[in-house]
Amino acid sequence: MRHTLAILLENRFGELARIVGLFSARGYNIESLTVAETLEPEISRVTLVTSGDEKTIEQIVKQLEKQIRVLSVTDLTLNDHIEREMALLHVESKSGNKRLEIMKLASIFDARVIDASEDTVTLEAMAERNKFDDLLRLLQPFGIREIARSGTLAIGRVSTRTP
Amino acid sequence: MNSITALDQQHEGVRAPQEDYELTGAEILVETLLREGVDTIFGYPGGAVLHIYDELAKNQHRLRHILGRHEQGAVHMAEGYAKATGRPGLALVTSGPGATNAVTGIANAFMDSTPLVVITGQVPRKMIGSDAFQEVDTIGITRPCTKYNYLVRNAGELAEIVQEGLYLANSGRPGPVVIDIPKDVTAERAFLSDSKTISLPGYRPAERANPTSIEKAIKRIVNAKRPILYVGGGVIHAGASDELLKLSEALNLPVTPTLMGLGCFPSAHPLSLGMLGMHGTYWANMAISESDLIIAIGVRFDDRVTGALEKFAPQAEIIHVDVDPSSVSKNVRAHLPLVGDAKSAMQQMLESLSSEMCASLGERLSSWWEQINQWKRFAPLIYENSEEVIKPQFLCQELHRLTGGNAIIATDVGQHQMWLAQYYGFNGPRQSITSGGLGAMGFGFPAALGAQLAFPDRQVIAFVGDGGFQMTAQELATAVQYGTNTKVIVMNNNYLGMVRQWQELFYQRNYSAVGMDGSPDFVKLAEAYGAVGLRATKPRELSGVLEGGLSRSGVVVMDIAVSAEENVYPMIPPGAGLKEMVLA
Repeated sequence: MRHTLAILLENRFGELARIVGLFSARGYNIESLTVAETLEPEISRVTLVTSGDEKTIEQIVKQLEKQIRVLSVTDLTLNDHIEREMALLHVESKSGNKRLEIMKLASIFDARVIDASEDTVTLEAMAERNKFDDLLRLLQPFGIREIARSGTLAIGRVSTRTP
Repeated sequence: MNSITALDQQHEGVRAPQEDYELTGAEILVETLLREGVDTIFGYPGGAVLHIYDELAKNQHRLRHILGRHEQGAVHMAEGYAKATGRPGLALVTSGPGATNAVTGIANAFMDSTPLVVITGQVPRKMIGSDAFQEVDTIGITRPCTKYNYLVRNAGELAEIVQEGLYLANSGRPGPVVIDIPKDVTAERAFLSDSKTISLPGYRPAERANPTSIEKAIKRIVNAKRPILYVGGGVIHAGASDELLKLSEALNLPVTPTLMGLGCFPSAHPLSLGMLGMHGTYWANMAISESDLIIAIGVRFDDRVTGALEKFAPQAEIIHVDVDPSSVSKNVRAHLPLVGDAKSAMQQMLESLSSEMCASLGERLSSWWEQINQWKRFAPLIYENSEEVIKPQFLCQELHRLTGGNAIIATDVGQHQMWLAQYYGFNGPRQSITSGGLGAMGFGFPAALGAQLAFPDRQVIAFVGDGGFQMTAQELATAVQYGTNTKVIVMNNNYLGMVRQWQELFYQRNYSAVGMDGSPDFVKLAEAYGAVGLRATKPRELSGVLEGGLSRSGVVVMDIAVSAEENVYPMIPPGAGLKEMVLA
């Protein structure tokens, strides 16, 4: 099963390599990985998507927690959470019609046109995974010349107050 | 000339006011090691650590440096020192090949959870990444085989890193820490700050186990019909042998140690079943297999212990006490995980015991003990002795007789290691020093030397095979140089015996690259180094050679010719379960 982990770690030289090395050394899979500073610049947040059976995920979490500079590991999959992925992509648009079609499609998916050339449109898309896959499938026939994906970002939901 | 003088004066002018307060990185390193109680460091010099060696020479009266003859030897010595004392072992090597030669020793300490701090030299900061002479990415190479590693970026952070590294190495589940220091950092000047409180917000080693879980564990133990204590290196690290003895005696529980746990429980004790696993005793493996409750303490369910996992102890509930949460339920699911220090956990258990619990359990276990004793009678540890040729098992028994089971003995890996585990009978913890997890040949002799340097007056023996000894035999020079009393017993079958055994049993005796023809005359080798060499080739010569060799002062190598094609039994074939032992 696919699991999305949020890892807080001390933002130090070499710490990310330690996380990545752990996955390759123990044969765990990394589907995507994003990392950036948190509000506290000395702490980084890693969003890591991996997959495995229950026992494997338990070991992954324990091995991550064992790392000296890892502050916390949260398996977001266990609770209500929000996931987003962002992408920048050049889509082929040889004719004006194609360009219009792409723009329509983009607006359905809340993607924005951020650049264009004689024969391409550049889109900025942000969506949850399933929707994102749909958008890509629909754009495929036009020809996707290049794509840069961010990998999954995720955050747990804050529950609303009961009225 | 003038300009040089002017420059010098200018330089002095800048430096002079700082000299009262500031030290070089090398000075900070040595001062911090001393402040942290380090008394011995094993190492090998080279270009990147010249400043440190300059400082070591000035401090030789306070900090002893032992010069190995190869970095692997030096790190194994540090490990032997650590295993014998329980304090972190220190090693110092240069950059590049110094660091790569040290890796086997570091990986060995990592697998066996031995506290080590290995200081590696590095090229100057400005040259890092330029493929400089003797440059290697030590941090990258050692990352997967250290508990933690550091690249020191300036002299100002050196003291804190050394302090923190020593703490990390010897707390929680112990392990090796590498501190990589660029050469220019050891010359850079900085203030030596006072000892700091270590701040590691992400590192919280487990101490006391959850009290509710302890209660649950006790309840399960007193209700079990066929309980067994399966204990390992964690008991030795935690210094919990007394607690183990009390707990097992209070509840009349059978105890089986792993290879790493040898000596944590006296092997002659009536509750001891001897070692379990691939070459464990028949009755220990049967007892684990038929048990209804395994109380696992400081162990990690290694494949050499469990055999085929799907056949391991099918009826048993498992209580697993370990300081490392990632060891629990890694290979075998624990029904009751108890994350905590082995010593505290057993103390907590002892506190929760009432006298009624103990009395009733002793009675209930009488049929369990009867069953265990039947297994023991059915397949005791036996071998056919000979008057013609020295049997390796007899050699181990003779060694026990002559040392009373009280020697510190370090081994390599292979047949000799297993026979010693089966037939020597260690009395106490920190006597057995062996390469368990990594299985590194060449470990035994330097490790024995490290232990001997920690305890100059104790009987310390390297019990090695003729193959493994040749991997680190150059350390004879170290043993002699420092006037040690280390004894080396070479169990010489002129084969890589364990590999030969597997080729005999599983490859139709197709012996491939296991013959050791071409080995040196070990007696002459010893003499070449200025040590004493003795040899026994017949059983009637054995006790004389052992007695004479062990009682002499100085370094003695005893070359003992043993029966060449003897096999280690019992044995669990690869892929089989613990009950599928081959007895002979």
